[in-house]
Amino acid sequence: MCFATGARRNCHGTACRRSPPAAACRASNRSGELRPDAGGALLVALPIASAQSIFDPASPATESILNLAVLVFAVIGLIFVVVEGVLFYCVWRFRDPHPAPPDNPSAAAAGPELVEPPQAYGSRAIEVAWTAAPTLIVLFLTLSITRTLWEVEAAVPATAPDDNALYVTVTGRQWWWEYTYETYNGRKLGFITANELHIPLSDADQPRPTYLTLESADVCHSFWVPRLGGKMDLIPGRTNELLLETTEAGLFLGQCAEYCGAQHAHMLIRVIVDTPQEFESWLENQQRPAVDDPDVRTGRDAFLSESCVSCHRVRGTPAKGSYAPDLTHLMSRETLASGMIANDPDNLRRWVRDPQSIKPDCLMPAFGLTDQQQEQIVRYLETLR
Amino acid sequence: MSLAQPSHTQGHAAPHTAAGENWAGWLHGWTTTVDHKRIGIMYVLMSLVFLVIGGCEAMLMRWQLAMPNNDVLGPEAFNQLFTMHGTTMVFFVGMPILIGAGNYLVPLMIGARDMAFPRMNAFGFWITLFGGLVVYFSFATGGAPAIGWFAYAPLTEHTFARSAATDFWAVGLIISGIGTITAAVNFIATILGMRARGMTLGRLPFFVWTMLWTAVQMLIAIPPLTAALVMILLDRQLNAHFFDVSNGGSAYLWQHLFWFFGHPEVYILILPVFGIISEVIPVFSRKVLFGYEFMAAATMAIVFISLGVWAHHMFCVGMNRTLDLYFAAASLLVSIPTGIKFFNWLATMYGGRIRFASPMLFAYGFLSMFLIGGLTGIMLAAAPFDFQLSDSYFVVGHFHWVLIGGTLFGTIAGIYYWYPKVAGRMMSERLAKWHFWLLYIGFMLTFGPMHISGMLGMPRRIYTYGPETGWTLWNQLATLGAVVQAPSYLIFIYNLVVSLKKGKPAGDNPWDAWTLEWSTTSPPSSYNFEETPTVHSRRPLWDLQHPDDPDWLYE
Repeated sequence: MCFATGARRNCHGTACRRSPPAAACRASNRSGELRPDAGGALLVALPIASAQSIFDPASPATESILNLAVLVFAVIGLIFVVVEGVLFYCVWRFRDPHPAPPDNPSAAAAGPELVEPPQAYGSRAIEVAWTAAPTLIVLFLTLSITRTLWEVEAAVPATAPDDNALYVTVTGRQWWWEYTYETYNGRKLGFITANELHIPLSDADQPRPTYLTLESADVCHSFWVPRLGGKMDLIPGRTNELLLETTEAGLFLGQCAEYCGAQHAHMLIRVIVDTPQEFESWLENQQRPAVDDPDVRTGRDAFLSESCVSCHRVRGTPAKGSYAPDLTHLMSRETLASGMIANDPDNLRRWVRDPQSIKPDCLMPAFGLTDQQQEQIVRYLETLR
Repeated sequence: MSLAQPSHTQGHAAPHTAAGENWAGWLHGWTTTVDHKRIGIMYVLMSLVFLVIGGCEAMLMRWQLAMPNNDVLGPEAFNQLFTMHGTTMVFFVGMPILIGAGNYLVPLMIGARDMAFPRMNAFGFWITLFGGLVVYFSFATGGAPAIGWFAYAPLTEHTFARSAATDFWAVGLIISGIGTITAAVNFIATILGMRARGMTLGRLPFFVWTMLWTAVQMLIAIPPLTAALVMILLDRQLNAHFFDVSNGGSAYLWQHLFWFFGHPEVYILILPVFGIISEVIPVFSRKVLFGYEFMAAATMAIVFISLGVWAHHMFCVGMNRTLDLYFAAASLLVSIPTGIKFFNWLATMYGGRIRFASPMLFAYGFLSMFLIGGLTGIMLAAAPFDFQLSDSYFVVGHFHWVLIGGTLFGTIAGIYYWYPKVAGRMMSERLAKWHFWLLYIGFMLTFGPMHISGMLGMPRRIYTYGPETGWTLWNQLATLGAVVQAPSYLIFIYNLVVSLKKGKPAGDNPWDAWTLEWSTTSPPSSYNFEETPTVHSRRPLWDLQHPDDPDWLYE
């Protein structure tokens, strides 16, 4: 098992099992912060490496949840051992020493008139005792839950100058994510991107929280990046909020967790946590309108003359569709089709030719472009860095 | 009631032999019957047929998920399958099999000759079956609905679900809901009004007590579902806007309406099983049920508390902390009366002389597995933990643990227990052991790994996943478990069929049990009892066998 964080994307298979035990692994990655990895220890012998594991928290909220989880595990583990123990004891100790033959299970075959065991009708004292015990456990769990709830569900403050906070509106759509960057550090941003959410790295001296406002344009979805936060639903007609904050840079994976139609399975989430400098330069690039490269003018014209523009937007051009992912900086993204395939020229070509062959039932049809049109359009898209 | 219908008497005494003699008469007898026993049998048979259908749907899904990026089924087929699997198992297997058991047993156990409203009873069965057929007719529209069994709006609106499949689904559930309501009314009237002389409410056999409260819960839970289904039909057919956000409706409203039905529904599926287990454990431990009054009170407590916990299915919708805390605490409260039941069952076994015949074997399966389902329920009730677990495969593992480890194991215990009464013959114990161990091991292997894949981030209802997710092994184990489980159902059905003719004759009371149904012939005549019995305690047959030491001295 490996919880190595920097290289976690490549952390599968054998390499993974050779890595140091969880606790050591964690300590080395947590800037000296040493805490028992209780959740991981439970399953230490099992191959449970996953970029979407809830046992590998990377934010205060998910750590708080894991602490509660370990407590609940301990309580129910104890109940499990005691109650199953009593059950097995009863089964072993009180089974009939003269069982009926298997071909005739009825009581008459059980041998000579057996005396029935003593009949116990009940006992008020015992009943009170085993009502009181679970009541105390429930009370204890309720108090623990209360504490964690208050830790996890933080109120979202209003944006303010120099607050070091990022505000993003997430819109769930069948079957991709639209991110509208509202403000950062009090600065108005106002650009739209899709499927890959860049957020700034937080650190102990300077927290940089990201506040997500969650909305849906069509059906219910749920935003779930297990290492960064619990689920929060995106429900049409409602507005929800979620805080993301982590001191760990890198890629975090997740996916839609509320069934939302045909391609629910491929509504993947990628959160990229950048250092503040990287994040600033990423912001700067994203805020610029699309590159207008004269070398691909024919492709640009082909793109603009086709029905691409009724759904897609490319800022700085007449393409102003708002129904499909914003393509202004398409090539700054690592993946296509909501995290489904790598964003390389081959995949881009396949996608433009026939999206249905890659993501069946997705809302983008094949347009029957000629090879030439397709090639020109792909060339144009490749310049949108 | 059916003394004047001799064909029923004859038909029921030997339904399987009558078939060869006069097929049309046999068919006429079964389709026009108002005998609670035949209606009960038809409910159970219908449920078993739907169980096989739902099971096949599950096997297809496991096949698709056995490999990452598999393409045995496309997204459309997969999404239809899990919708139909869930709908089938809840509405056309779980509920009707328990209603059927209650139909057969309640009049016999309270010393009555039939249900209070025999014609309504027949109506209830046929309309439930008809509802199931209408739901399945949706396949004829070009594909079943692909909305999930809880059908969250607005995915069910015409904009997103264009074919008529969703309409058939909603209409079918409304229709079968009418059947459920009639059954509930009938149970309540029968149990309150038709008990044998001397059978006070405090002397009800425990299964009857749980059926009474299940019926109360059905009366409370089904109407909100029916209302919600009518609303979605109005939206779809008449452009109403109940759940249409763009016209001022509320998608969120559906979730509250559905779960206000959906959570009590869980208890509708488990309370009668608590009753079955409370009959089987005493008889096979040779002891009276420990703490009857506390068990009875715990049943009522579960009914009332469970009406106020529905939004624990909705922790991720963004309620506020206060509501989250309320629903978490209320959900945890259910574990107290459930715990009381569990401890009383163990106390009943303690000091007994336990015979591990097939019913007790499955009752043991129920005890050992339902406990785990209950404990993972505590994990889900811990609201912040649920932010991680909700809608993941952990939830799929949890509720199958409760519905198979609890409802199915308990129901099968009941079938092995009462089959000799219904058929007049014993089932094969050897086949029952094969059935038990294949199901027990296959079940754990199928649903255990789902808890792990869920905690590794696998959401439910995804038709495929990538190899890099780390979920492959857990899905393959689950599929292997499904393969181990599948033959157990075939063995069970084979045992049911073959024992009809080949089983050992059972006699009136093969298990040496104590409730009234065992005092009449196996199978019982259409009028059940030659004269209505008089009872003095909760175990009338014990009193008969031990006249020097009767129960009523101690109750």
